[in-house]
Order: sequence, then C-alpha cells, then structure tokens
Amino acid sequence: MEKLIRNTDKKILLMSHLVLGYPSLQANQEVIGEMVAGGVDLMELQIPFSEPIADGPMIARANQSALDNGFKVREGLAFIADTIKTHKIPFLIMTYYNILLAYGVEDFIKEAARIGVKGLIIPDLPPQEAAQAIGWCKEYGNGELDWIQLMTPTSSDARLQEIAGSASGFVYCVARKGVTGNKTDFGNELAEFIKRCRAATSLPLAVGFGVKSREDVAQLTDLAEIAVVGTAAIKIHEEQGAKAVGNFFAGLR
Amino acid sequence: MIKGYFGSYGGAFIPEILHETFQQLTAHYEAARNDPAFWAEYIALMENYSGRPTPLTFAANLSTKLNKKIYIKREDLNQTGAHKANNVMGQGLLVKKMGKTRVIAETGAGQHGVATATMAARMGYDCTIYMGAVDVERQRPNVFWMQQLGAEVVPVKSGSQTLKDAVNEAMRDWVGSMDNTHYVLGTACGAHPFPEMVSWFQSVIGQEAREQILKLEGRLPDRIYACVGGGSNAMGVFQGFLSDNGVELIGVEAGGRGVDTPQHAARIASNDASEGVAQGYKTFFLQDRDGQMLHTHSVAAGLDYVGISPILADLHVKGRVRFIAAKDDDVVSALKYLMKNEGLIAALESSHAVAGALMEMADIKDGSVVIINLSGRGDKDIFTIADALGDPGWKQFIAEKAKQYAGESS
Ligand SMILES: Cc1ncc(COP(=O)(O)O)c(C=O)c1O
Repeated sequence: MEKLIRNTDKKILLMSHLVLGYPSLQANQEVIGEMVAGGVDLMELQIPFSEPIADGPMIARANQSALDNGFKVREGLAFIADTIKTHKIPFLIMTYYNILLAYGVEDFIKEAARIGVKGLIIPDLPPQEAAQAIGWCKEYGNGELDWIQLMTPTSSDARLQEIAGSASGFVYCVARKGVTGNKTDFGNELAEFIKRCRAATSLPLAVGFGVKSREDVAQLTDLAEIAVVGTAAIKIHEEQGAKAVGNFFAGLR
Repeated sequence: MIKGYFGSYGGAFIPEILHETFQQLTAHYEAARNDPAFWAEYIALMENYSGRPTPLTFAANLSTKLNKKIYIKREDLNQTGAHKANNVMGQGLLVKKMGKTRVIAETGAGQHGVATATMAARMGYDCTIYMGAVDVERQRPNVFWMQQLGAEVVPVKSGSQTLKDAVNEAMRDWVGSMDNTHYVLGTACGAHPFPEMVSWFQSVIGQEAREQILKLEGRLPDRIYACVGGGSNAMGVFQGFLSDNGVELIGVEAGGRGVDTPQHAARIASNDASEGVAQGYKTFFLQDRDGQMLHTHSVAAGLDYVGISPILADLHVKGRVRFIAAKDDDVVSALKYLMKNEGLIAALESSHAVAGALMEMADIKDGSVVIINLSGRGDKDIFTIADALGDPGWKQFIAEKAKQYAGESS
C-alpha cells in the first residue's frame, strides 16, 4: 500500500473503520457507499470477535451485537470480497488472532490475498508471534497484502525499531494509552511520539484513537499521512444514519 | 523452550500498548523468584495474616464409610476463605516493589475480588474490581464485602456477563492505567508471566501438603483431587507432586447440566473445546467453529470459564493430569455429604473436587490415601445453596427481610 498512499495530492488521507454485521451486513453496505462518497481513502473492516480486548466499550458492544445477530466469518469474507469488487479504495481487515486460528491462519491469509484485501491489522498478535503470518502475507500477497504493525506511546525506542523491522505498507500509530473511543489530546506529547515513530520507520504513518473532528484532522495533517476515524463514525451512524456518515467524512478535510 | 510456553500453550498475546508493562512485571517477578528473601517474606506474611500452614485434615467419617484414607487440604481456612489469598498477597508484595498505587482485578465467584480488596486495604492501594453482572447477582454477599473494604465494584454487562467478560473489562482498564495500576489476575491463566507467577504463589499449597502427608502417613498419596476453573488451586496442590509419578493427579471441571448438553464448562473433559488464543494466551477454549467463545454454565460462578491454565493444558497433553467433570446435581449432593459427615462447609467450586473424588472412590483399593483440595469455604454461596436445597425457613427469612427493607425505603 505504500505506493498508493504516497501517490496522492491530498494533504492527509482518511481511513474509516466499521464492524461487520453491525447493525447488519446490509447496513454496512450502505454506510460503506456513503463513506467512499464522502471521500474516505482507505477502510478497515473489523471481523467481530467475542473477546475484543483492545476495543473500547462502543466497538466492543458492536462486536457482541453483530455476533448476537448471527454474524459468521465466512459470510463476512464473502461480503468483503463483494465490497472490494464494488469500490476502488484499499480495504483492510482488522480482527483478533483467534478468528484466523479458527479459520486456519494460512488459509485465512490466502483467502484475504485472493479477494484483494490490502492489509491485516491483528492487535493481539505481537511482532514476536507474527513471523509466520507475515511470511504468508508475502507469499500469497505478491507485495499487495501488508501486515500492519502498531506502534504505541509506551513502546521504547528499541521496541519501535523491532516493530519497524517487520512492518510494511504503513504503520498504525496508537495516539494514546487506553482503548478505542476515548478522548485524545492531540498535543505536544503526540508530536513527540510521532517523531519517535518517524525515527524508527520510513513508512507512512496512520494515527488513530479518538479522531472525531475537522480540527483533529487538521492537527494531524502535518504529523501523519493517514488519519483513522473509528468510534466517532459508528456513533454518527447510530444516532443519525448512513447519510450523515458520508457528510461527516466529507466535512473532515 | 520458549519463555512463557508450556508445550504449545501459553505465550503472551497482548496489545502492543501493554508490551512494556509486561516486560516490567516479568522482570520484577523473575527478580522475586530468584530472591530467597522474597519468598521468606511471603511465607511470613501468609503465616501471620492468613493462618498458614493450613491443616491437612483427616476426614475420619468419610474414610470409615469409604474404606480409604481421605485427607482434606484446608484452603478454606485462609484469610477470606479461599486459596485466592495466596496469589493475591504475593502479587501485593510485587506491587509494592513496582511502586504502583492501584490494583484492579476480575472476579467470578467474588472470592478473588474479596481477597484483592483485603490486600488493597492492608497494603494501602486503591482498588477496582470487575465482575460480570450475572455473578454480581449470584454472589451478592461478596459484593457487599468488597464495597465495605473500600473497593469499587464494576458490574460488567458485556458478552455473557461472567468471568471472561470481567477479564476483558479489567484489560480495558489496564491499557489506560498501567502507569500506576497493576492487574491482579486471579488464576493461572492470561499472558506470560501470569500462569507461571500465580502458580508459583499457589505452590505453597502443594509444598505444605507434601510435607504434611509424609508426616501423617509416612508415604505419598495415591490420588489428589482439585477443582479446575482457571486452574490456580489445582496447580497449587499438584506442583507439590508433579515429579512423583505414582501420585495420580485429577482435575475436576464443571460438568454443569452434563457434558452432553451445551451447559457446562468442561474444557478438557468434554469434546467441545479446541485450541485457540484469547485473553492473552493459547490454550483449549470452549469456542465455536468461527473461534467465538461459547456461553458456559456451572452452579459454581468460579468455574464457568471458557479457558484453562496453559500449564494444565500441557499437563493434560502429556498425560500427567487426568480431567473429569462433575455435574451440578452431584456437586450439591457432595456439598451436603461433606457438611453432614465432616462438618465442613465447602464452596460450590471446591465441592466439585469432593464430588469428583466420591464418584471414583469405588475404583481404587481399600486403604488408598487420597487428598482433596478444599479450595474455599461455602458461606458466600448461601443464596445459591439455599436455592438448591429449597430450604423453606431460609426463604421465609429472606421474604421477611425484603418486606422490612421495602418498608424502610418507602
Ligand atoms: C473457592 C474457589 N475455588 C476454586 C476457584 C476456581 O479457580 P481456580 O481454578 O483458579 O482455582 C474459585 C474461583 O473463583 C474459587 O473461588
């Protein structure tokens, strides 16, 4: 994805996030259309898991609700395949490692590559456990399927180096401690953290966790290549419907 | 062997944000483990505060009835009435070394929550306990005590609203609060170093039991029974005998309404579990084809957990520990039986070990020596047990109490 991300005249790219099957795949389809129309450049599709430890209350509830409504991984992958055929932007899968394990890690990655997924974000599979999965991404992805690594403010410089060593596509920088959905102060501390990430990697950086307004995005413009918007969009979808989500993204830049 | 792995189980599958926190914890744990003074301080504390060593009580009436020599390891006599105190006080000492000021914990039965709250009160830490909303209902007396001890109790309404969901919520707290907060995990599960560290603190049970049985019987036991939720009390007692191959070790899981129904929590002693990674570690989980965790059931809130200690998973694969399941009904009968015959009120969790032993006593030679680990006492279960027994006097008392409270609030 690195080339795709560099090859733009936009000041910053927007990556949106949604939970598959919440409130339904049909509703997902509609909101994805609105997001793309609203100018979203990349999209993270989360496959729900019953134990989403890295997610905040809002996304955790969405995971549970999708499962209660009968979400199945194979249907989710078929939906992703259709979505990729319909829209031209890069789509990534975000989920937890157990979903891959249950499917068969190699088979899952093979399938993701086959349907044209551009990246995998698996927050509970740390770099020291991920070598084999990264290898399969390379083997089956032909350079088109990136394993997205996460950098966090608590990671030491040495650890950031280690993470960078196996990163490709871009690096996802977690703007602060805590789970998704809480407020982030995009102040000096963030700038310091991003500087440490830049020192560790030459890949583009995406900054996520708590981005929710035009001001937040403007502040990130000088810091990062990609702004990630998750919980804020789910909230707008819940409260005001799919159309409002498109307008929200159109107004962010 | 890779650090933190037991055969192919264990590991540390944690969000990157917690990487340094686990490094720090592991470093302090390893330093403590290599420092004989730390263990001495721990033992002194447990002797003085928690009444250790706990007795190995000869169950004279059971032994006569069953023609065996049955001994009960009395973890119910610990401070707060369960083995949970062993782990909690050990981690409490580590918290001091790490310079943290707040502790959080998950709890199922509430025993680990109460133990953590007492430790926090004594050692001067702030304390938040996460507890599934379903468990808050069925273990209300423990909620009362946690609150009186000064802990904040947060009912968890996500997922199945039981133990695993309390673990997730505690993790969500920790990823934001790790600078001043330690997560006191209550069982031998989770990411490295927890399974190993919790087992280490609990190993005091087996060390004592080994010494005691040698003194009382002049020989090692033939069998040891322990109930298995996450696996900490079982690991605790088993560790005293792991290299004694003549000692058969039996873990008793929650059979619920039967392992042929979906309503149980038997990971090993059923066909419903498979290898997976969740809550930070790799083990056998009760999960569906997609890898989603299943809803579990047990009459004992402390046993209905989807995963099992990676160390026990490995001991199962290696054939060193055998696993069986005891059903709710048999557990309640065993509880009554032990109460009437020995005057011991066991927790519903611990009554699984008793039920498991009773199920199998006909299979072994007369005169065999058997140890049952009684992980905790049953007072906390008074509502559940009274329900199971359908005691009319108790119902009437509660109805009258309710009337009285209703009058006060109107
Ligand atoms: C009295 C008692 N025994 C056993 C358990 C199960 O835990 P473990 O398997 O870690 O010993 C609990 C858990 O709450 C408990 O309270």
